[in-house]
Amino acid sequence: MTDFKVTPLSEDSFRNAIRESTSPRAVYDMAPGEAYTKFFEGLREGKILGTKCPSCGLVHVPPKVYCQYCYLPLTQWVEVKDEGFVETAVVVYIAAERERLEKPEVVGVIRLEGSGDRYRYPGLMHRICTEPEEVKSSRIMGVKVKARWATERKGSINDIECFEVVSWK
Amino acid sequence: MDPIRVGIVSYGFSGFSPSVPSKSFREMVFEAASKAYAKVGLNPRTDVDAFVSCKEDFWEGISITDEFAPDQLGGALKPVFTVTGDGLLGIINAYMMIKTGAFDVIAVEAHGKPSEVMSYGDIERMAQDPIYLRPLAFPSYHTVKALEARAFMKYSNLTREDLGIYVSQSKRNGLLSNRAPHASSLTVDSYLSERELVGPLSHSDLAPRSDAALVFVLASEGRARELTDSPTWITGVGWATDYHTPSYRELGRDIATKNASEMAFRQAGLGDPGKQLAFVEADERYSFMALMEVSSMGLVKDLRQPLRSGDLSRDGSLPVNRRGGALSEGLPLEAHGLARLASACDLLDGTGAVVSNMGNTSAVLVVRP
Amino acid sequence: MRPNINVKNRVAVVGAGLTLFRRRLMETPQELSWIAARQALDQAGLDFNDIDCVVSGSAPDAFDGVHMKGEYYVEGVANGKPHVRVFVGGGTGVFVPVAAWWHVASGLCRKVLVLAEEKMSSASRPHPQAVFKHIWDPLVEKPLNPNLIWIFAMEMHRYMYRCGVRKEDIALVSVKNKRNALDHPSAQAAAKITVDDVLNSEMLVYPVNRLDVSPVSDGAGAMVMVSEEWANRLTDNPIWVEGVGFNLDSTNWTNRDLGYPVYLKRAAEMAYRLAGIENPMKEIDVAEPYDPFDYKELHHMEGLGLCPPCKAAEVTKEGLTQRDGDLPTSPSGGLLGVGNPIAAAGIMKAIEIFWQLRGEAGARQVKKDVVTGLAQAWGDLMQVGTVVVMRR
Repeated sequence: MTDFKVTPLSEDSFRNAIRESTSPRAVYDMAPGEAYTKFFEGLREGKILGTKCPSCGLVHVPPKVYCQYCYLPLTQWVEVKDEGFVETAVVVYIAAERERLEKPEVVGVIRLEGSGDRYRYPGLMHRICTEPEEVKSSRIMGVKVKARWATERKGSINDIECFEVVSWK
Repeated sequence: MDPIRVGIVSYGFSGFSPSVPSKSFREMVFEAASKAYAKVGLNPRTDVDAFVSCKEDFWEGISITDEFAPDQLGGALKPVFTVTGDGLLGIINAYMMIKTGAFDVIAVEAHGKPSEVMSYGDIERMAQDPIYLRPLAFPSYHTVKALEARAFMKYSNLTREDLGIYVSQSKRNGLLSNRAPHASSLTVDSYLSERELVGPLSHSDLAPRSDAALVFVLASEGRARELTDSPTWITGVGWATDYHTPSYRELGRDIATKNASEMAFRQAGLGDPGKQLAFVEADERYSFMALMEVSSMGLVKDLRQPLRSGDLSRDGSLPVNRRGGALSEGLPLEAHGLARLASACDLLDGTGAVVSNMGNTSAVLVVRP
Repeated sequence: MRPNINVKNRVAVVGAGLTLFRRRLMETPQELSWIAARQALDQAGLDFNDIDCVVSGSAPDAFDGVHMKGEYYVEGVANGKPHVRVFVGGGTGVFVPVAAWWHVASGLCRKVLVLAEEKMSSASRPHPQAVFKHIWDPLVEKPLNPNLIWIFAMEMHRYMYRCGVRKEDIALVSVKNKRNALDHPSAQAAAKITVDDVLNSEMLVYPVNRLDVSPVSDGAGAMVMVSEEWANRLTDNPIWVEGVGFNLDSTNWTNRDLGYPVYLKRAAEMAYRLAGIENPMKEIDVAEPYDPFDYKELHHMEGLGLCPPCKAAEVTKEGLTQRDGDLPTSPSGGLLGVGNPIAAAGIMKAIEIFWQLRGEAGARQVKKDVVTGLAQAWGDLMQVGTVVVMRR
């Protein structure tokens, strides 16, 4: 077989190499759509809203105008209790650009109550106000939590500050 | 030897408006898909074997935009994938999948929401080679296309008046379409009075942009006949990618379209496509591209004669974009090829060629009733 | 889906090539693509002119900073030929041979160049991971400023909790794969490490430590896939692509149980149906399950039906997945050991199965006689499964 070598570069040799830098500009202004518009209006009022499928009964949170499992349009809006159970949780030491956080945070997925089955459920990724140790011991898993709402809300996912533990198992 | 025929049984669309601010792209695709399925009574959850989505990360503003493909098509927990390119490339992949014998019914989706791209010119520039071309910082992202236009006009001995004939005719054709917000009865004279923006191109040579979503359903022959009385048969497909570097390309001709059309015409058994084709649906993101495709596909020897005599007009012997193209509809990015295919299906009265040309890749379909 | 009896045209792999995988390579995406393609063609005994179609794959455009980058990196390879780029996030590398399969099985193409390229180092500041900033739902997820590793850690913890698996059991995968990679000439992250090394490495997102994760890499890989007629003309030992599968679950990953990859089960079922496999645990001799994280190899073995749900850690602990075991997994060294230039890493796994089935894997050759092998990849928001099954 022909031996075509490629050329690894160390960070030092890269710094000294001829190179071209470019910072692409990509700016978007996205339509939130019908479902998210209503969802964010709900958050501003301190409510979690979802759309209910007339066929399978699943309440979609985050909401959609269609049920992806039954392929039906969804028009029925329902308020979902701002309580649920911790489906999974992690301790984050790094954020989006891999920068290390000064203080680790706990984030996870909250399974909201009232609909769904073993596989599918209404749920949100969010911060969980608890100690890292509770995650590392897995004690937080399956625990009941409730939304802590921000006092000033502007129609954003951050209108919920975090989910707090209601009662330990 | 090749018993599996592939037919288009249905399509649906949403949008074709300069902007659709009330709906997210997913909601637009849901609307288009629901229409496409309802026309032939399909339930995508049980009756569709696979789904193809055509889109690009930077147009969507989402890295790994494939993540957002399945739900609105009815494809969750089913075979779904993304083609990064024009919708016709999605159709071609679906065509091959059905030809293997392993799939019966496939849905193909493409959409564009350029109204949400605030830095449109910068995104276009990002398609340029980051080392050789982008640092030259051409004043307009149309610059390379203008070079092509100039070379093509020289190669084909065309004047701006010739471009004007085409633009005027195509924008008028668009007046017959229900998807063409930019159609008009622009005259050649008013075209000629436009100031050149870049090279030989003026305002009316550049397709405006529009938001749109289209969904097509393809089926094997047996299923197609069960689903509809009037499938559109695909009898040949071809596609090709030319060099990325403009200086490597033959700017006066479109080699990608030439190669793609040869492949498609060979499969369709068209020995003399210029005579055998009843119509052409051509890519019109720039006026000259439609003409360049007609020429590169070898459908005419000298463009001037058929263009000036009206052969390429709606009532001519080889009409191009009979209800207008992107100049009238606006350009919904990757969905443009599917918009051309939709026009072909609407008016299908003989064998026609449908062409898209995005970036350096061309796709050609031969369709017939 | 129809059963496999309707597929008339068989498809074979007759050559493969792979560049070095490194944190940063000097070559451009175009050069990497050309080099990998040239190697694959050399093994197949073909030239660029012999190829009639090209199918390629690469992960997000943002790494290269080039919009529509498929047209860019393929310049030296496509040369005016039919070319299409397909994309299913991290699953792309194994999906490229899947799409190439229908190019040939449809009868439209006879000799297809199958290419995967990734140059992550171009996205240099502050870190290539920043590219993943834009993979989120822009409204309900992005405002929380997530890093991609967050959600994989969530899946890992869910899996540990559901199946009662411990971090030290999972770390065995990293230890195995990094050691296997010592024998791979392209490897970037080969090492002799211990479970304690993994547990004591930098904590990124509990339960994910630095050594639970594959590195950021540049690299490219290519294969040549041909029709039955050409396979028999070109070689005495073609490797047949007998099954292909792919499946995509809902975008909304916060709305489904992450403990078991249902989408992968469906993808595998599709591939097994095409390949006529009824009992994968017995019939698959060697596997390359996708391992960007160590827990993913276990999770994927279960989704692929190579062991019962929640049993992969046990099987690993018993040594069955070592090169001399009954079910060797990631004999290449996987993404954890060889490196993870996303799409190129996926095709590297398919290439390893090709080399294993040909008996050409050298020091990496597994001990048992292998007839049927499987490569798999995974991606998007924990929702894609892509699978190829090959036979000697």
